[in-house]
Amino acid sequence: MKRFDAIKKIVEILDEEFVVCNIGIPSKELFHLKDRPQNFYMMGSMGLASSIALGLAISQPEKKIWCIEGDGSLLMNLGSLSTIANVNPSNLTLIVIDNGSYGSTGDQCTYTSNKTNLEVIAEGAGFKSIVKITKVEEIKYILRDLGKGCHFVLIKTNPGSALVSNIPLKPIEIKNRFMQSFTEN
Amino acid sequence: MNVDQKLYEIIKDFGIDLVLSVPCIFLKGILDLINERKEILHIPVTREEEGVGIAAGAYLGGKRPAILMQNSGLGNSINAIKSLLELYDIPVIFIMSHRGGKDEKILAQIPMGKIINKLLEVIGIKTWSIKSSKEIIKLNEAIIYSQECNCSVGVLLQKSLWSEEI
Ligand SMILES: [Mg+2]
Repeated sequence: MKRFDAIKKIVEILDEEFVVCNIGIPSKELFHLKDRPQNFYMMGSMGLASSIALGLAISQPEKKIWCIEGDGSLLMNLGSLSTIANVNPSNLTLIVIDNGSYGSTGDQCTYTSNKTNLEVIAEGAGFKSIVKITKVEEIKYILRDLGKGCHFVLIKTNPGSALVSNIPLKPIEIKNRFMQSFTEN
Repeated sequence: MNVDQKLYEIIKDFGIDLVLSVPCIFLKGILDLINERKEILHIPVTREEEGVGIAAGAYLGGKRPAILMQNSGLGNSINAIKSLLELYDIPVIFIMSHRGGKDEKILAQIPMGKIINKLLEVIGIKTWSIKSSKEIIKLNEAIIYSQECNCSVGVLLQKSLWSEEI
C-alpha cells in the first residue's frame, strides 16, 4: 500500500467530515481523488495540519474533523500530540499516513523508517484511542466504526507518490469555500 | 482595577474568545485571570508556532483567537505567520510581553528583544507598544484594526507596564 491507496480508501467513506490535509503531494492526491469544499488543503506551514485540525475541532464541536497528516510533518510538531490528547476533543480523528519518508521532497527517509514509533509516541502523549493499520482493506471499516472521541490512526504504508498535478485553487478560494461549508452543512 | 484586569477586560469585551498561550512571568497575572474566570477558552500550547496553527483552525471554525507569549515566540512563529496566516488571510492577535528591553536582567532575552520591532516590521505585522496603564487603550485600537483590515497585529507589553504598580 502507498499513500495514494490509503487516501483512496479514506475518501470512499468521506461523508460529512471536514478534512485538513497535509502540505504537498498528500493534498494533491486528495484533490485528485475527491475535491470538495470541506477539504482544507494546507499549502504552507509544514507541521501544522494537526494543530489546524485541533482549532477546528474546538470551534466546531458538532462537526467531525479529520486530519490527514504525514510522518515527516508530524515529527516537526510532536508537541501537538500532547496538546490534542490533553484537550481531548470528542470530534477529532488524526490519521497519520506513515510512509517512513519525506514523500514530497524526493522520498528521503524519516526516522520512522528506522527506530521511531509514532504509535508509542501517541500513547505517551496521552491518546487513549490508538489504531494501527497495515492492510489497505482495513481502512474503511476501522474509520467507519470509530465513533465519537479523539482518535489517533496510524496507517503504515510504503514510500512513493502518485503523479498528480498541482491544485489549481488559490489559497483564498480554499479558505472561503471551506468556511462557507460550515454554515451550509 | 490593576493592569492585568484592564488587559483582561479589553480582550474579553472586544470579542476574543480563544487564547493560546506559552507562558511568561509577566503574563502570569492575566493568564491566571483567564483560567479563573473561564469566560475565554484557553489552550496552553507547547510552542508558539503550534499556537498559530490552532488559532488558524479556530478562526476557520468561527472563533476570534489571540496568542499570549513572550516576544521570543515570534521567532518560533514566522514561517506560520507568513505561509499560513498571510497566505489564507487569517487574522490573529499576538499579545507579547517584550523581554530584553532596557532593564532586562536575563542576558539571553536581549538579542531577540533588541530586534523585535524591526522583525515585526519586516514580516508586516503592525504593532502597538504599551508602556503604562494609561496606554492600555492601545489594545482596543490593535484589536479593532485587526478586525477592520482582516490582518494579524502585534501588541508589545513593556515591563514598565507592571513595574509602575510595584
Ligand atoms: Mg511521509
